[in-house]
Amino acid sequence: MSEAFEPVIIGFTCNWCSYRAADLAGTARVKYPPNVRLIRLMCSGRLDPTFVLKALAQGADGVLITGCHPGECHYIEQNYKALRRYLLLRRTLTQMGIEPGRVKLVWASAAEGVKLAKEITTLVEEIRALGPLNWPGRVKLATGENGTAVSQHTQSIPEEVTA
Amino acid sequence: MSDNGSGKPKFAMYWAASCGGCEIAVLNIGEKILDVDAAFDVVFWPVAMDAKYHDVEAMPDKSITLTLFNGSIRNKENEHLARLLRQKSAILVAFGSCATEGCIPGMANFSSTEEIFTAVYDSISTDNPDGLRPQSEWMTPEGIALTIPEFYPMIKTLDQVVDVDYYMPGCPPESHQIAAVVDLVIKALDGKATLPPKGSVIGAGGSTVCDDCPRQRNVKKINKFVRIHEVANVDPALCLLEQGILCNGPATRNGCGALCPSVGAACVGCYGPAADVVDYGARLMTAVASVIDSRDPDEIEAILDGIPDPAGSFYRFNLAHSLLRAGKPAVSGD
Repeated sequence: MSEAFEPVIIGFTCNWCSYRAADLAGTARVKYPPNVRLIRLMCSGRLDPTFVLKALAQGADGVLITGCHPGECHYIEQNYKALRRYLLLRRTLTQMGIEPGRVKLVWASAAEGVKLAKEITTLVEEIRALGPLNWPGRVKLATGENGTAVSQHTQSIPEEVTA
Repeated sequence: MSDNGSGKPKFAMYWAASCGGCEIAVLNIGEKILDVDAAFDVVFWPVAMDAKYHDVEAMPDKSITLTLFNGSIRNKENEHLARLLRQKSAILVAFGSCATEGCIPGMANFSSTEEIFTAVYDSISTDNPDGLRPQSEWMTPEGIALTIPEFYPMIKTLDQVVDVDYYMPGCPPESHQIAAVVDLVIKALDGKATLPPKGSVIGAGGSTVCDDCPRQRNVKKINKFVRIHEVANVDPALCLLEQGILCNGPATRNGCGALCPSVGAACVGCYGPAADVVDYGARLMTAVASVIDSRDPDEIEAILDGIPDPAGSFYRFNLAHSLLRAGKPAVSGD
């Protein structure tokens, strides 16, 4: 590849903590790479694994899930549900052929702009090291939707059989 | 076989990549099958009568009133028949789990063609000393070209190949649901009922299996997942999931009458996703993970060890319609 690979990362943030942390990072002029596209949810507990699967299926190289620190959830304990779903999702993704490192859960309070920026910087580098996921392209290749690869299995017949 | 001049509406049923259970389920409607015979001319049904593909090809377009298509699209022949029957049918129903969402054959989408062929033609229990693999075209020493349908790299559902009018889930669809659908179509043909809007799921409910399940439900707190054979005494009245037995009821469409959980077997999800579920496995992960009774990551991991094959358990019937392993790339922007 001639150009440097710039990962696309979808980041889900909680309205009460990590979204404000990102805001704080912005107002404090803390720099972090522009690879992450943040989406605000009301709570990490709102994060349906469907969102993660859809992001990856449609071209994201990684997904960042953020929420309030354990014990600090605005809705009492929904961040623990996010934690459980994340741990189960990671296992399922591994079986699906996606490196678990592409999906990361980070706790960040509203005061932790610097921490969030640092976590984002680290994740971007981790995913850059993993390389592009390119799931839509892989599916196209696997299904032969791009007009190739359908006959991959066709191989020549051994000599002794045709003779 | 073809038009015998009776002027009755025409009926067809076809099996693509399937097990034949759907055909048995149709016959299990009992005496209702006589109503089918009274109301329809059966023009094409390979498991029940002799008819050739060229008989179907000779039929006028849209001349078959109702076609029940079961089975997924595994090879070129399956796709050819899907396209042919779409062209010849007024109403095309994706019948059963294979046609609607890939079902058990759809789990092949976890593996590449090479892995599948290795498992089938090269396993320790296979006697294949020459390492033969199926060839879609082969020239015999006598110079005769032989062809078999090309094996596709991914299982596709019927709606990933052609336009589908209705979906009828189930592995197989329950006979009373089939009978109800047959009744409805017959009534609609007589002008006594109207068919649901195109794209509807028919012969099933609009809720989940849990809604039909007779077991008692409480607040769920799971400390340990077990497989059903690991439990000595399954409580006959209590929700299976509450007993730590992975049950797919929370994400699965109702319509079966909660048959499996009623008799002590966990729901495996054969009726497919409940209404408005985008990805069946994701919905199930949401439901199952949230009731784990722990806040400690290590403890949660230990509890999750009780689900040895999460992807296989959550996508047993739905992989070919999942976001990640569908037989056709996910459409972006919806």
